[in-house]
Amino acid sequence: MTNLTNLTMAEARDKLAKGEFTAVELTAAHIKAVEAKRGLNAFITETPDLALAEAKESDLRRQAGKAGSMDGLPIGIKDLFCTKGVQTTAASHILEGFKPQYESTVSGKLKSAGAISLGKLNLDEFAMGSSNQTSYFGAVENPWKKKSDPKAKLVPGGSSGGSAAAVAARMVMAATGTDTGGSIRQPAAFCGITGIKPTYGRCSRWGVVAFASSLDQAGPMARTVRDCAIMLGSMAGFDPKDSTSVDMAVPDFEKSLTGDIRGLKVGIPKEYRPDGLSDEVAKVWDRGIEWLKAAGATPVEISLPHTKYALATYYIIAPAECSSNLARYDGLRFGLRVPGKTLDDMYRKTRAEGFGAEVRRRILIGTYVLSAGYYDAYYAKAQKVRRLIAEDFRKAFESVDVILTPTAPSAAFGQGEGTDDPVTMWLNDVFTIPTSMAGLPGLSLPAGLSSDGLPLGLQLIGRPFDEETVFKVAGVMEAAADFTAKPEGV
Amino acid sequence: MSLDKATVRNIANLARIEVKDEELDHLAGELSNILHFVEQLAEVNTDGVLPMTSVAAMTLPMRKDVITDGGQPEAVLANAPEAEDGFFTVPKVVE
Repeated sequence: MTNLTNLTMAEARDKLAKGEFTAVELTAAHIKAVEAKRGLNAFITETPDLALAEAKESDLRRQAGKAGSMDGLPIGIKDLFCTKGVQTTAASHILEGFKPQYESTVSGKLKSAGAISLGKLNLDEFAMGSSNQTSYFGAVENPWKKKSDPKAKLVPGGSSGGSAAAVAARMVMAATGTDTGGSIRQPAAFCGITGIKPTYGRCSRWGVVAFASSLDQAGPMARTVRDCAIMLGSMAGFDPKDSTSVDMAVPDFEKSLTGDIRGLKVGIPKEYRPDGLSDEVAKVWDRGIEWLKAAGATPVEISLPHTKYALATYYIIAPAECSSNLARYDGLRFGLRVPGKTLDDMYRKTRAEGFGAEVRRRILIGTYVLSAGYYDAYYAKAQKVRRLIAEDFRKAFESVDVILTPTAPSAAFGQGEGTDDPVTMWLNDVFTIPTSMAGLPGLSLPAGLSSDGLPLGLQLIGRPFDEETVFKVAGVMEAAADFTAKPEGV
Repeated sequence: MSLDKATVRNIANLARIEVKDEELDHLAGELSNILHFVEQLAEVNTDGVLPMTSVAAMTLPMRKDVITDGGQPEAVLANAPEAEDGFFTVPKVVE
């Protein structure tokens, strides 16, 4: 039999339809892979029994001619999506043991499409991090290894690090991610997979544990552009329960993969080539430009002059929103409670013990920038600069159809590296944050390997609600890149 | 802006997070570094720029003000650290 865990979702979907194997067989093969790769710590909660029961139902649906668009495909759910009856932690001690009584809209839609969840994937605590080292449930290991030091454990990126590692290690066919400043795209680049943060408003945020509500957006992570297109189609759509989800038809994203990008104009922002950009990343970017030229697109140099302020803007707005969102963790209605003499004492003790260092730091910064006397100097100022960043993109898209940049300034780094200084760690998101600030769709796909054998990603940015052009161009780049490398042992 | 220990203690109190005295120095240093980093925004001219509160130019939709859910006290209390007789319990707040 074919190696079931190496199939793409599109292939598995067609083979399930032809009856070459059953959803139960496909699910069982992936459950085995999950067990074999437990050392990566990609999962916080595994749900094999639930998955097998769902797979049986999927096979029955198919026999009855009622199979959905993702029926029988085993996936993983980032542990930031509330799943009814299944522990949802946001990788935080403060939510340990929390069993939601409801299902998030996005995970519910995937279920309705027939997708089978193998469990809940690890992440940075409350999605705050770029290396998956801030999880209360331990760091996630990247399945890729450096050629020069195969024993060194590398980070998978973050915050959707468990999702990226599980997809790369063939434990799941795809996974949900969420992206606030790069949390889908940067781990996708570090783990050699594809992931897209859709336009803000494309997917419902209802039932997703909130970090920074004006930026958070769910999206798919998978091994091919087509698989991301299939999965986004099942995740997206208007939801009356999220007032920022947009009431707009969801296109058939798979149909956008025509392979024809002749005449398209591709913006190359000159500000994305800062001093100190790794030579290898710059080379992969140049190669990407050549692929697009060869396919009949025209590269156009553009300027996004406020790019260099995006990181500082983000690190005011995101902590401000996080300090407000995370005020709900008070030890009263759910999650951890540490007893105190008074109500305030209970709040303070619960939150001190329940939150990790990075989350505490961001809540404190957010509290400060929102506090009386500082609001205008920090928060209002950041919101103004945010508008300038968004305007840069709006102007650029008057002359180009899509923008090509690197996803991250380097390949995956080692566990324990760069953890001393939070600001250095944040530089990982320098190429992804501007897109988030503007609410635009951004996709990362693997474009090559570094000389040390690690994946490097390129990012495509599109106009608002024009994921179709992003997918179309990504499909062409994927074919040109022919990225067939795999981490060891899969 | 560099933060002193008293300011950090005050922020932690506003955020309802207990911080031990011996952590204050370290935390003040970390938070000050972050503030120095974000203060580069001061050099950007934002005269006449309106703050951006939403990425999409949309008006929030209105819905009918009706009850659509309810009557599930068990589900509401299912994750409570402590509950009694259909209520959440808290430490005494009135002396």
